[in-house]
Amino acid sequence: MIMGSNMAECHPVAFRWPLKAKTEHGAVLMHVDPRYTRTSAMCDIHAPIRAGTDILFLGAIINHVINSKRWNTDPFFKEYVVNYTNAAMLVNPDYQDTEDHDGLFSGMSKDGKSYSYDTWAYQRGPKPAPAVAEAKTFTDLLLQHVPGRPKTDPTLKNPHTVFQIVKKHYRRYTPEMVEKVCGCSKETFLKVAETLLNNSGRDKTSNITYAVGWTQHTVGVQIIRLAGVLQALLGNIGRPGGGILALRGHATIQGSTDIATLYHSLPGYINMPDARKNHETLKDFILTEAGPVATSYWGNYPKFAVSYFKAQWGDAATKENDYGYDYHPKITDDHSHLPMFVHMMEGQIRGFFVMGQNPAIGGQNARFQRKALAKLDWMVVRDFYETETSVFWKNSPEITSGELKTADIKTEVFFLPAAMVAEMEGSFTNTQRLLQQHEKAADPPGDCRSDIWFTYHLGRRLKKLYANSPNDHDWPIQNLLWEYDPEPSEVANFRIKDEPSAYKVLKEINGYTWADKKPLPTFAVLKEDGSTVSGAWIYTGVIPAEGVNKARSRQGDEWISPNWGFAWPANRHIMYNRASADLQGKPWSEKKKLVFWDPSKEVKTPDGKVSHGSWVSPAGEGIDFLPTKAPNFRGKDNGIGFDWLSGNDPYIMKSDGKAWLFAPAGTVDGPLPAHYEPYESPTPNLVYKQQSNPLAKTWFVEGNPYHKVADPKYPIVISTYRVTEHHLSGTMSRWLPWLAELMPELFCELSPELAAEKGIKNAEYMTIETARGEIQARALVTRRMRPFTINGKVIHEIGIPWHWGWQARAEGDVVNNLSVLVADPNVTIHEGKVFTGNVRAGKRGGAL
Amino acid sequence: MAKGMFVDTSICTGCKACQVACKEWNGLPGEPSHFHKVPNRPYPVAFNFTGNSYDNTGQLSATDWRHVRFIEQFNENRTEGRWFFSSDSCKHCTDAGCLNACPVKAIVRTDMGNVFVQQDVCIGCKYCIPSCPYGVINFSEKTGTVHKCTLCNDRIHNGLGTACAKACPTGSISFGEVSELKKKADARLSQLKGLGFTKANIYGYDEAGGLNVFYLFMDNPTVYGQPLNPIVPQRRLFKSAAITVVTAIAVAVAALISFRERGMKKETEK
Amino acid sequence: MDITRRQFFKISSGAIGTAVAAEAVGLGADTSAMQQQAQKVPIKTGKQVPTICPYCAVGCGQIATIDEKGTIIDIQGNPDSPINQGTLCPKGAATFQLVNNDLRMTMVKYRAPGSDHWEEKPLDWAMDRIAGLTKKTRDANFNEFQNMPDGKGGTIRKRVMNTYAVASLGGATMDNEWNYTHQKLMHALGVVYLENQARI
Repeated sequence: MIMGSNMAECHPVAFRWPLKAKTEHGAVLMHVDPRYTRTSAMCDIHAPIRAGTDILFLGAIINHVINSKRWNTDPFFKEYVVNYTNAAMLVNPDYQDTEDHDGLFSGMSKDGKSYSYDTWAYQRGPKPAPAVAEAKTFTDLLLQHVPGRPKTDPTLKNPHTVFQIVKKHYRRYTPEMVEKVCGCSKETFLKVAETLLNNSGRDKTSNITYAVGWTQHTVGVQIIRLAGVLQALLGNIGRPGGGILALRGHATIQGSTDIATLYHSLPGYINMPDARKNHETLKDFILTEAGPVATSYWGNYPKFAVSYFKAQWGDAATKENDYGYDYHPKITDDHSHLPMFVHMMEGQIRGFFVMGQNPAIGGQNARFQRKALAKLDWMVVRDFYETETSVFWKNSPEITSGELKTADIKTEVFFLPAAMVAEMEGSFTNTQRLLQQHEKAADPPGDCRSDIWFTYHLGRRLKKLYANSPNDHDWPIQNLLWEYDPEPSEVANFRIKDEPSAYKVLKEINGYTWADKKPLPTFAVLKEDGSTVSGAWIYTGVIPAEGVNKARSRQGDEWISPNWGFAWPANRHIMYNRASADLQGKPWSEKKKLVFWDPSKEVKTPDGKVSHGSWVSPAGEGIDFLPTKAPNFRGKDNGIGFDWLSGNDPYIMKSDGKAWLFAPAGTVDGPLPAHYEPYESPTPNLVYKQQSNPLAKTWFVEGNPYHKVADPKYPIVISTYRVTEHHLSGTMSRWLPWLAELMPELFCELSPELAAEKGIKNAEYMTIETARGEIQARALVTRRMRPFTINGKVIHEIGIPWHWGWQARAEGDVVNNLSVLVADPNVTIHEGKVFTGNVRAGKRGGAL
Repeated sequence: MAKGMFVDTSICTGCKACQVACKEWNGLPGEPSHFHKVPNRPYPVAFNFTGNSYDNTGQLSATDWRHVRFIEQFNENRTEGRWFFSSDSCKHCTDAGCLNACPVKAIVRTDMGNVFVQQDVCIGCKYCIPSCPYGVINFSEKTGTVHKCTLCNDRIHNGLGTACAKACPTGSISFGEVSELKKKADARLSQLKGLGFTKANIYGYDEAGGLNVFYLFMDNPTVYGQPLNPIVPQRRLFKSAAITVVTAIAVAVAALISFRERGMKKETEK
Repeated sequence: MDITRRQFFKISSGAIGTAVAAEAVGLGADTSAMQQQAQKVPIKTGKQVPTICPYCAVGCGQIATIDEKGTIIDIQGNPDSPINQGTLCPKGAATFQLVNNDLRMTMVKYRAPGSDHWEEKPLDWAMDRIAGLTKKTRDANFNEFQNMPDGKGGTIRKRVMNTYAVASLGGATMDNEWNYTHQKLMHALGVVYLENQARI
């Protein structure tokens, strides 16, 4: 099932594989999407739903599945769900569901701005006697705070079990409700639900694939979570052919998340020190962040965190100074993309590095973002072509319209030309967590330089500028470990001799022993005493030994291809793959065999002992479990990490070892996904009194007006998206004649019904308007777009690909002039997939 | 020894990778008529939006040797709907109208069965243009000669398949020995018939004496814009030409590149 | 057809010669001799360098070919990659034109405050100026401590070691190595407005 993704359009080569499954193995492909797209055209079933109603649709599948005969009679589902998910956990009896609470969960604060998680928590047994009396190390500290085990009812009958809560929560999510709210016929919905159910089980698995069609919502995180709930209930996770595939959009967008250049995260999913939390000292930081999750593999958090700080400052990071923790910046608020521009507009941000991004087009409410750029003192742009962002001062729509004057814009702007991928050495992490090395084929032309060249040489200059500073707060720059000069052999064949060594950087990311600089083969050997360095623990193993880079492995095979690239963590391609075997460790079926327990296998443990029995994978898959932990192993109640986890706890990153149907913590807007309307919606919420996500992030600032619910001025639903022929804001596609001519101009897709109503003719110009802006586009009138009947009322949807701008060989208005700053409360992702507006025939006029 | 391509339109996603891969390999620029001058812009800007589904290039030209057609068909209430894609190019007909028409033997068939325009022989008389029942061959003002798909003449004579077939993400375009491709096509056709697609058919076994580039369509070929009975004019007019000698220099259109050891075997006969 | 690389070089390294091709198909001519000759159709060779497609996150393998001068002359799908098996989408297939493009920016451009045009500047000058501006902006706006809400209606002074005056927004087509070094440098400077396309 492809939902929230237009896979054939945006990931055409990945779509090779589902299509192969269809033609060679009879797989059924389903596409759930408001539009009939190039993906729908290739699928067996297309289920059209109104944009922003995904949770209702998925919730209804769950309701259908758990009340179906097959799910209640086939023992597979029971075995998987009772043992591998948190279905049997007992939740605090004070928990109140949206069903009892007009669409809110229990725990909402008085100001309505946040939930307290207390009532969502598990019921637990008594706290165990600590394994250590005195905390000498961070690990000891965690050992002193192990909570009691969650209470369970494996019969799933207790009304406080997660299972009964889930069942009750989705009971009104019926096929009739789907028809009424999503606008998808009952029959089509049931076809999708039945197909998923019938293709899941011991012998079969179903996959769900999504992309930004799911993320770009004020309930984005909850949509994806619900897919996880559904797949866990169907026993489809940790097994070949199952799971949830996130199709990400950029060459190493996964790498940018793993090795985060994101405000909230340090590399390896270590949280960023935060002055709003109890993060005063390294000890506080570790206890706050690792304490609640120490019974999972995150029990090793202190080792990962200390190795990160050690990588930051090397010799200067000592036990005495908490490995430099005090010198590390702390966040104090949400500093992500949208608030960044709000604060830029307010004048808080003075200098700006923008590299490989084009917010003048790609940013939500792009007019707002462009105007914010004009408030900067200086801006550095690094890119391949003259992006719209780099010339906002010269010829942006605001300059053309006279709203801003070039001479009044005091921003000092630098454009630094960048090297292309084939012109530099480095690694990318693809959407399946696979690191692949790209090698340098040639020097880039002129003054084009690689991205690390820029950062490395900027760092060198800054270190020089700060070298003699007496200020204590300059310590982090003075002591920054910054030694990436190339070996002569690395640059021998090239003109650019001061290119930093990508190998040395990756070696540091991988980690090495501080004393003798030997690369570490696995994160299992990281230490919390400062003797190891590791920039991002999850990547450990990519350089297992000096001179060996597994991202360069290039031996593929017919299946997992363990010797092609390196899949973090530890070359595991399918996460939680212990779940591919049953409770006894046997494969669920011969057909779906991946990782299983071989009782006869003898393994030497690091301490030299011989252990009998091991998890094995003939396909060469990395085992996402402790290889010697027997299926019947009972975890230690007062342990942390693998010691606490039992042999039937496949979800090793979860504090209870189980897949979470219900999230007792972690999602700020509720333990279960509930249908809320998009922030700008043409209809009241027909499921709950609560209209939209109560915690959605909003910015009530000048230049960012919102539309009302069912606003008569803006009755039409707008989705923005991409086409195959272009890439994002077009910097990498609109300058290329080969691509420009394939999709030359901005267009808007609309139904013949809407076109007739508004007098819009195919291929002629039309204007689209919101309270934020107005754009013109060529009309593409097609029955692939359809009006939806929602609760008896016709609702029109239009779709606009957003690649265009005023520069390059294919030009058009900036679609994001229409969109608005509003975001999901968990991750601050914008709601680009649904907002409202209006359309009319003809070109735009007047102000932009 | 005839080489050709089988285009299985039932698995074409309309991504146009074939169009770009063709231009990349053959060094073809953007089609000049797709771009125009814009005030205050130092470079030409594309303005060829058609409003015809996702097809903006419209037809084959001297610089577009491949063209993906988009066929959208929905009934009014959308209970029935389909969106077909079909990648079109020169079919390298066994009875090739263009070759028959050429008065100077600039258009030849090589030992691999592909129909090839020798640029240094072509005099630009355009006789071949109306002689092609598929509108494949086109005149370039820039070179004063006609151009069309060469079946990647340089690649296929060096053990590689065509660039479009290599790039095609779903395997909709396959390159190989025509007799082998026919086996593949027949198997796919019977699979589809078995699945209830009774209108599925192969186009190109008989047309124009047999097409070295042939198609599997899900409906009548006319739905895909292909003539049911292509008329090949001036048949046999120049048949006496018999064997034509070609220089290899002429054969190199904008020949580039090589291939590599490991990739070699897989890439061959793809 | 299954020839080895060595055989291929034998066939092709003769560069340009005269080959006989014929309208042989259908004429019953013996083509085997011609076949050998036909393989002298020139096709440039070069060094093959494995790289990765710069567009989406599928991670298709590519092969860049460079000529003897070290110039990239072709970029194609890598047939060895189990991800794409030599195939590419239209964007991936166009990568060569992304690299080789008359509109590509290759020199440093500078726009002075209030100016209406770019000026060309040396790379070193720009790097020095950027480093200087970074330091100046950071130093003028650095927060060692900040009063934070204490949860009881008051405030508490906390060490934050940050600056809000410098922001960084990165793309997601930039190497893991860049992400690592960049976050490292930004964190050393105290930059907390550190973002990436990865959020979107």
